[in-house]
Amino acid sequence: MLNLLSIITFTPAIAAAILAIFLRGEDEAAQNNAKWVALVATLATFAASLIMLIGFDPQDTGFQFVEEHDWIMGFTYKMGVDGISILFVMLTTALMPITIGACWNVTHRVKEYMIAFLVLETLMIGVFTALDLVLFYLFFEAGLIPMFLIIGIWGGKDRIYAAFKFFLYTFLGSVLMLVAMIAMYVDAGTTDIPTLLTHQFSTETISLAGWQIIGGMQSLLFLAFFASFAVKMPMWPVHTWLPDAHVQAPTAGSVILAAVLLKMGGYGFLRFSLPMFPVASDIFAPLVLWLSAIAIVYTSLVALMQDDMKKLIAYSSVAHMGFVTMGIFAANQQGLDGAIFQMISHGFISGALFLAVGVIYDRMHTREIVAYGGLINRMPVYAAVFLLFTMANVGLPGTSGFVGEFLTFLGVFQVNTWVAFFAATGVILSAAYALWLFRRVVMGDLIKASLKSITDMDRREKTLMAPLVVMTLLLGVYPALVTDIIGPSVTALVDGHALALQAHEAASQMAQN
Amino acid sequence: MIAADLYTALPEIVLALFAMAALMVGVYGGKDKLAEPILWATAALMVMLALFVGSKGLETRDAFNGMYLSDAFSHFSKMVILLSAAVVMVMGQSYMVARGLLRFEYPILIALSVVGMMLMVSSGDLIALYMGLELQSLALYVVATMNRDSVRSTEAGLKYFILGALASGLLLYGASLTYGYAGTTLFAGIISTISEDGMSIGLLMGLAFMLAGLAFKVSAVPFHMWTPDVYEGAPTPVTAFFSTAPKVAAMALIARVVHEAFGVVPGDWSQIIAFLAVASMFVGAIAAIGQRDIKRLMAYSSISHMGFALVGLAAGTAQGVQGMLVYLAIYVTMNIGVFAFILTMSRDGKAVTDIDSLRQYSNAEPLRALALLVLMFSLAGVPPLVGFFGKFYVLWAAVQAGLTWLAVAGVIASVIGAFYYLRIVYYMYFGEETDPLDRVAAPVQGTLLVVSAAIMVLGVINLFGIEGLAALAAEALVN
Repeated sequence: MLNLLSIITFTPAIAAAILAIFLRGEDEAAQNNAKWVALVATLATFAASLIMLIGFDPQDTGFQFVEEHDWIMGFTYKMGVDGISILFVMLTTALMPITIGACWNVTHRVKEYMIAFLVLETLMIGVFTALDLVLFYLFFEAGLIPMFLIIGIWGGKDRIYAAFKFFLYTFLGSVLMLVAMIAMYVDAGTTDIPTLLTHQFSTETISLAGWQIIGGMQSLLFLAFFASFAVKMPMWPVHTWLPDAHVQAPTAGSVILAAVLLKMGGYGFLRFSLPMFPVASDIFAPLVLWLSAIAIVYTSLVALMQDDMKKLIAYSSVAHMGFVTMGIFAANQQGLDGAIFQMISHGFISGALFLAVGVIYDRMHTREIVAYGGLINRMPVYAAVFLLFTMANVGLPGTSGFVGEFLTFLGVFQVNTWVAFFAATGVILSAAYALWLFRRVVMGDLIKASLKSITDMDRREKTLMAPLVVMTLLLGVYPALVTDIIGPSVTALVDGHALALQAHEAASQMAQN
Repeated sequence: MIAADLYTALPEIVLALFAMAALMVGVYGGKDKLAEPILWATAALMVMLALFVGSKGLETRDAFNGMYLSDAFSHFSKMVILLSAAVVMVMGQSYMVARGLLRFEYPILIALSVVGMMLMVSSGDLIALYMGLELQSLALYVVATMNRDSVRSTEAGLKYFILGALASGLLLYGASLTYGYAGTTLFAGIISTISEDGMSIGLLMGLAFMLAGLAFKVSAVPFHMWTPDVYEGAPTPVTAFFSTAPKVAAMALIARVVHEAFGVVPGDWSQIIAFLAVASMFVGAIAAIGQRDIKRLMAYSSISHMGFALVGLAAGTAQGVQGMLVYLAIYVTMNIGVFAFILTMSRDGKAVTDIDSLRQYSNAEPLRALALLVLMFSLAGVPPLVGFFGKFYVLWAAVQAGLTWLAVAGVIASVIGAFYYLRIVYYMYFGEETDPLDRVAAPVQGTLLVVSAAIMVLGVINLFGIEGLAALAAEALVN
C-alpha cells in the first residue's frame, strides 16, 4: 500500500468525476444515484482511512505513509501523516458520510451538490496530508471554490453576500501566506515541509521603513501565516465572515464548515507557525493568548444575544476555537494535547449541533429561536440528543468537550494565569447561552400551534446522529484514544520548540557578551 | 551570406509574401467570396510556421548584421503568437460571417500584423523594432474599424490610431535619443557602450521614452486609456485578437529591449517597470469592478494581467523572464477560452455583451457554464487552476530579486480582482432568472471554451512542460 494516502485523498475526486461524466438527467432516479455514489465513495474513503489508522505507529514521530513524486518548478508531490495530522484526516473521512446523509432531502441540482462535496473532501484531506508547501497551499485555497458554490447555490436568503464575504475574506488572508511561502522557498531552497521543519529562519532584527522588527524574518513570516490561519480559524476580530457563512450555508455545508474547515487554521498553526517559526511564536504568544481570551469572552456574550440558532452556534464555535489557539500558543504538552483534542471533539459536537438545527429547520423552515418551544413534548429522542450535545458544548465532564477545555486550561495556566482566568469565565458564559437555547427551544409547554404536528427524528436522522453520540461519549470517558496517538508527536513538537528557543536564547546571550 | 540571412528570416518572409499574394487573389479573384478560404489558408499557414519555428528549437542565429535575431526566446514568443492568432481567427470566423463582417482583408491584415509581431520579437536593432511595431500597429488600427457601419467601431479605431501614433512618437523620440548617446541603433552596440562608458543621462531619457511607448502597446497604466474603449468598440473577434497575440509580442519586445540593450543596468529600468506593474495591477483590478460590459471587463482584466506579467520582468532576472513567458502563455490560453464564450453570447440573434445577460446561464448550458467558471477562477489566480501557477512564477521571481513589496502588492491586487471574476460566476450560478441567452450550437467556440478550461485543470500535473521551454527561452535572452 505505497500510495494509500493518495487513494484516500483522491477517491472522492474520482467519484466526483464519475458523477460529472456519466450521470445524466434530473429525475428522481438520477438524483438518488448521485446520492448513493457519493455515500459509497465517502464510506470507501473512510474504510481506507481506517486501514491507515490501523497501520499507523504512534511511537514514530516522523511522517508515515510518505509518497513522493517530482512536480513542476522543483516542487514535489509529497504526502504523509504524523501523529498531529492523522486524526484530522480521520475526522474528515468520518464526517463526510454523515454530511452526505444530511443532504438526502435536497432536490435542487443534486448532482452538482454531491460533486461539490466530494471535491471538497479531496481538498480537505489534501490539506492535512500534503508535505509540500505549494501542494498544501493548493489544497488549502482550492477548498474555497466548492465552499463558495455550496453557500452561493444552495444557501439561504442572503447567500450571495455571505458567499462573497467568505471567499474574499479568506482569500485575502491566504495570499499573504503565499508571499511568505515564496520567501521561504527562496530562503531555504525547498518547499519540502519535513526539511523546512529543520530549517532555521533568520531571527536577526531587521528594520523596515524605520520600524525595528524583533525576530526579523521569522516574525514577518509568522505574521503572514497568522493572517491566513487566524481568518480561517477564525479568531477575534477577523471572525465576522463565519456567522454569515454559517447562517446562509445549507445544513450540510454548515456541518463541514464547522467540523473540518475551521480546523485547517488550527492545523496550520501546529504544522507551520509553532515548529517553523519558534522564536516568532514565542514573541507573539502573549498577543495570541489575549486575543483568544477576548474571543472566548466576547463571542460568548454575543452568542447569548442571538435569536438565530445557527448564528448562536457559529459564535459558540468562534469561542471554542479560542480555546484551541490558547492551547496551541501555551506551547506545552497539555496545551497542545488539549488544542488537538478540542478540535477533534468540536468537530463532532458542532457538526451534531448543526445537524440538530437542520432537523427542526427541515420541518419548520425557520431558525428563529422564538418560533420554537416545548419540543420535548413531541420529540423526546430529539430532546435527548440535543441535550447531550448542548452539554458537550458546555464542556460537561463525561463528554469530549470537557477533556479538550480542561487540558487547554491546564496548559495555559502554566503560562499565563490571567488568560486562563478570563477564559474560564467563558465557560460559564457558554453554559449560559447553551442552556438558555436549550430551554427556549426544547423545554416548556408546547403552546405554538405550528408545532402541534411536528414529528420526532426519523430513522435517517437517528442513524446520522448515532455515531456522533457514540464518539462524543467515548472520547469523553476514554480520551486516551486520541492522546495516545497524538502524544509522541506533540512531545516531539514541544521539545523541538523548547530547544529552538533555548538555542536562540543562547545565541543572543553570546551576542551580548 | 544573403541567402543565409533570408533563410534565417524565412517565417516572416513567407508570411509576408503570402499576405501579398492573398491580397492580389482577393482583389482580382472574387473579393469577399474568397474571404473564408483565405482565412482558413492563413490560419493553416500560421500553424505550419509555428511548427517550423518550433523545430528550430535552441538554435541561435542572427541576420542582417544583427538587426534580426533568431533565438530560443524569439521562437517561444513566435509560437505563442502564431498559434494564438490562428486560433483566434478560426474561432471568430462564424461570428464575422453571421454579421457580414468577414471581408477578405481581415485575414490579410491579421497576417500582416503577425508579421510585424514576429519582427518585433526578433528585432536586434531599434530600427527593426520600430518597423515591426508600426507594421503591427497599422494593421491593427484598420482591423479595429472592421465594422465600418458602426460608429463605435470606427471611433475605437480612430482613438486607437491617434493614441497609438502618439505612443509611436514617444518611442521614436526615445530611440533617437538612445541613438544619439550610444552612437548605434544595434542592441549589442548599445549594451557595449553602456558597459564601457556607463549609463549617461541621455540614454536614461531614451530608455524612459521607449518604455513609455512600449507600455502603451501592452496597455500598462498610465498608458491604458485606449484599452476599454477599443475593446468595447471593436468587433468581438478583433477584441479577442487584441487581447492575445499583440500583448505577447509587445511584452516580449519590452523584455528584448531591456535585456539585450540595457541588460547591464537592471536597476535603471526595473523601477520603471515595477511602477507600471503596480499601477496596472491595481487600476485594472479596481476599475473592472464597475464594469457591466464583459468586453470592457476583459479590457481591465487584461490591464491587470499585463501588470502581473510586468512583475516578472521587473525582477530583471532569467527567472523573471521565464515567469513572464509562462504567464503570457497561460494568459493567452485563458483569454482564448473566455472570448470563445463571449462570441457565443447572443440574444434573439443579436450579440450581447452585458454581464447581466449571464443570469442563470448554468441552467441552460451546464457544461459551458462550468468551463467558464473554471476559467474565471483561473483568471482570478485561485489554485489548483493553472492561472495560479502563472502568478506564482512571477511572484517567485520578484521575491527572489528582493522585490517582496511588489509581490505583496500583487497578491492584494489579485484579491481585489477576484471580486469581478466571482461576479460572473455569481450571475451564472446564483443570479435571478431573466431573459436567457440564445442556445447556439457554436461547435468551434464551445470546443475551444471547454478545451481551454480543461487545460486550466489538467495543467496542474506538469503545466504541459511549458516551464522547461520558457526556461530555455529566458536563458537565451538573459545571460
